[in-house]
Amino acid sequence: MRRLWIGLTYIVFGLLLIVPVVRIAAGAWEEGWRGFAAGLTRPEALHALMMTGIIAVAVTLINTLFGVMLAVYLVRAKWLRPQLKRLLNSIVDLPFAVSPIIGGLMIVLLLGPETTLGALLGRMGVDIVYALPGMLIATLFVTFPLVIREVMPVLQEIGTQQEEAAHMLGAYPWTTFWRVTWPSIRWSVVYGVVLTVSRCLGEFGAVLVVSGNILFKTQTATTLVYQDVENFNLTEANSVALVLAAASIGLLLFMEWAKSRNSAGRHG
Amino acid sequence: MHVEVRGLNKKFGEFQAVTDVHFTIEKGQLIGLLGPSGGGKTSILRMLAGLEQPDSGDILFHGQRVNDLPPQERGIGFVFQNYALFKHMTVAENIAFGLQVKKWPKAKIKARVDELVELTGLAGFEKRYPHQLSGGQRQRVAFARALAPEPQLLLLDEPFAAIDAKIRHELRSWLREMIDRLGITSIFVTHDQDEAIEVADEIMIINKGRLEQKGTPWEIYKDPKTPFVASFIGESTVIENIASLRGFEDVSAWPGTRALIRPEYIEVGFKEDFTQLLSATEKGRVSHVHFRGSEWLVEVEVGENKLVTYRSLEKDVLREGDEVLVLVHRAYLFNDNDSWVMENKLKAGPIAFEI
Repeated sequence: MRRLWIGLTYIVFGLLLIVPVVRIAAGAWEEGWRGFAAGLTRPEALHALMMTGIIAVAVTLINTLFGVMLAVYLVRAKWLRPQLKRLLNSIVDLPFAVSPIIGGLMIVLLLGPETTLGALLGRMGVDIVYALPGMLIATLFVTFPLVIREVMPVLQEIGTQQEEAAHMLGAYPWTTFWRVTWPSIRWSVVYGVVLTVSRCLGEFGAVLVVSGNILFKTQTATTLVYQDVENFNLTEANSVALVLAAASIGLLLFMEWAKSRNSAGRHG
Repeated sequence: MHVEVRGLNKKFGEFQAVTDVHFTIEKGQLIGLLGPSGGGKTSILRMLAGLEQPDSGDILFHGQRVNDLPPQERGIGFVFQNYALFKHMTVAENIAFGLQVKKWPKAKIKARVDELVELTGLAGFEKRYPHQLSGGQRQRVAFARALAPEPQLLLLDEPFAAIDAKIRHELRSWLREMIDRLGITSIFVTHDQDEAIEVADEIMIINKGRLEQKGTPWEIYKDPKTPFVASFIGESTVIENIASLRGFEDVSAWPGTRALIRPEYIEVGFKEDFTQLLSATEKGRVSHVHFRGSEWLVEVEVGENKLVTYRSLEKDVLREGDEVLVLVHRAYLFNDNDSWVMENKLKAGPIAFEI
């Protein structure tokens, strides 16, 4: 009986996770190395991968910086009232609760060319929606909670005493953060960054709504895959998808390695 | 450092943590802040450190008001309850932290760390991390780290709370010796009266945010100024109707007065034990006897009153139900307005006060 359950678990795991990846890999290699390379080196594929790369780097930088800051304020700030902290805390989770498509739609409704704000910015020569800034905002929105949710519990767990001890020894807040707080939270920041990058690579819904999926302009890797599938360019679609999947899997493996290193460092 | 506190008040939300506290501490003294948990001791300590801002009142070091000085500039060493060691730093790095922050030259830092490692008996442990140390060792690292930048005042928050009873004793005398040797003014918080009595030059009893009494351990024991202090220090029994005991009939002149009687104020025994004082004794019946390791704890019923006393293991063993004679030497009396110590008036002449 027990074996049956174990077997079943492996089957479900395999069907859900392994088979699709194998299928993508097989699809990408259908026409051999040449087909895979051709699918990737198409100008539109290179441009789309570049767009995804720009978004991943920019969004990760911004979200890491502000995510760590917000986590510190939400956990440590004495001047925030507890009720306000609770409210902010639940707002942080909003992107988890709202569908990315709705998130994208909110941005279009707020900053689209037909809105006052969007029109004003458009006249100043800044396009938000159907351009890179809108895609950045959409991805920022979707990945916003990841770093914060990794860092906050660790900050809560380590408490304030070590920081207070540093203050008593003459360290001002900046020194205290870098020498006392940061070493305790850095691995959770790394997890948050890895999750953020993976999510940036894979984000589809919000970006699709905001970008308009314009070839050579706002097309990202995921929306290119979508378009390729629509046009029955299956080998090309699989090639790009395989690169995205490989990048994400690589990152997650890196995270596992970091985790084991971290726990080894903590005990040894 | 000479420390003075005037009219200190602190509220956390609706909770009045500290109420109108005044005190002065002379240079070089070791002061114990003693009181029940949640009584405001730690809040007072944290306000002295600058980790908490008082709502009103002044804190003066050497006669200078320091309320607006941040903790970094107060020159105070603080030992936290759970030590708060930097867990990613070795023992030596922990001790050196305050010196690096103050930008001491490297050679001087090394010399100072070596000195403190030696002083605290941590030689050989410099490269260890906090999680590789025992509780007592961590305590000493915390102590060394707090002392490294040569503070003028040392604050210790429940320094022995997290250490098991046996080592606690050892560490207490070690700390006392260390502070004596350095001559640094120190204040420690504790809820353990034995600790305060054993270690401190002076004790401040804090209850519900108020300073109930300040004095040497002996003064506080001998002459408690408030009913709370009387009941908190030592073991004691409250007697509602003290006038019913022989030698204390006069108390009926102050209606509403109750009495606190400590075990060591009471003697139990048989006729031959009380030669001259026989007339002052009272008949009683032993209701319970507990073995306390080094003595007996005897509960006696005298009329409707229940009294508790100790009895030496050298004397005859008492049994439940034994009829005994009870002598109450003195009682601590208190009512809503006043409190005082009254000797048993039937005792022939004054006798030396002994415990």
